[in-house]
Amino acid sequence: MKIVTIKQLLDAEVVCNEELLDKHVYSACGSDMMSDVLAYVKDQAVLLTGLVNSQVIRTAEMMDMVCIVLVRSKLPTPEMIDLARESGIVLMTTSKRMYEACGLLYSSGLVGNKVKK
Amino acid sequence: MSEVLNFRFLVDGEDFTSAGQASVKVKKNLRQLGISPETIRRVSIAMYEGEINMVIHARGGVADVNVAEDYVEIVLADKGPGIKDINQAMQEGFSTAPDSVRSLGFGAGMGLPNMKRYTDYMDIQSTVGEGTTITMRVNIE
Repeated sequence: MKIVTIKQLLDAEVVCNEELLDKHVYSACGSDMMSDVLAYVKDQAVLLTGLVNSQVIRTAEMMDMVCIVLVRSKLPTPEMIDLARESGIVLMTTSKRMYEACGLLYSSGLVGNKVKK
Repeated sequence: MSEVLNFRFLVDGEDFTSAGQASVKVKKNLRQLGISPETIRRVSIAMYEGEINMVIHARGGVADVNVAEDYVEIVLADKGPGIKDINQAMQEGFSTAPDSVRSLGFGAGMGLPNMKRYTDYMDIQSTVGEGTTITMRVNIE
């Protein structure tokens, strides 16, 4: 799924790296616990979260994630925007809640992560 | 690359916001050395979790990353409170982190298990009241 499709499905607003919307994502992970996110590995994934701090961006960067969606209209801090811009991560925000946002992406064919044993 | 290349970082224990900066730098350095993305990811996740742990529990410490021909070694040394029961600390979900850390997205008791999961070798030396040194290695394939 292209990142631009995520933007459309979630009616999301792109905060930075809009020029990367043509990139593809192959899986997704929804969590407010960054350690849970770090327990999963999958290439080119999108992270959905309600957590707002710079560790969200660093976690995504460590995982080579390409897109972060902040749910429930959360707004990123200026520091998060800088870090995301630097790391080439598309940052967007949606008014949808976590459950609904994940459901919309899942039912449109974006499946979840596989746990690495 | 027959010699071991060393990167050393001081991890600031005062500021949770900046935690992870050393891991970001290591990731960039390893990329420049032409190491495979999968290996880099495993090294940087293990180091990132370790760095977060040092900030949460030990008020910072020193991180050494040694790049050898066939492995990357991460040595994290702190002078924190030490780990009372290492077996218990290795269980997923066990955490002694305060609630304030949980609201920041960490402290779910996944740090040490994640570090083990992503590395090929992990050793913990810890003395209560003196500190902890964790050595991890990721093989370069």
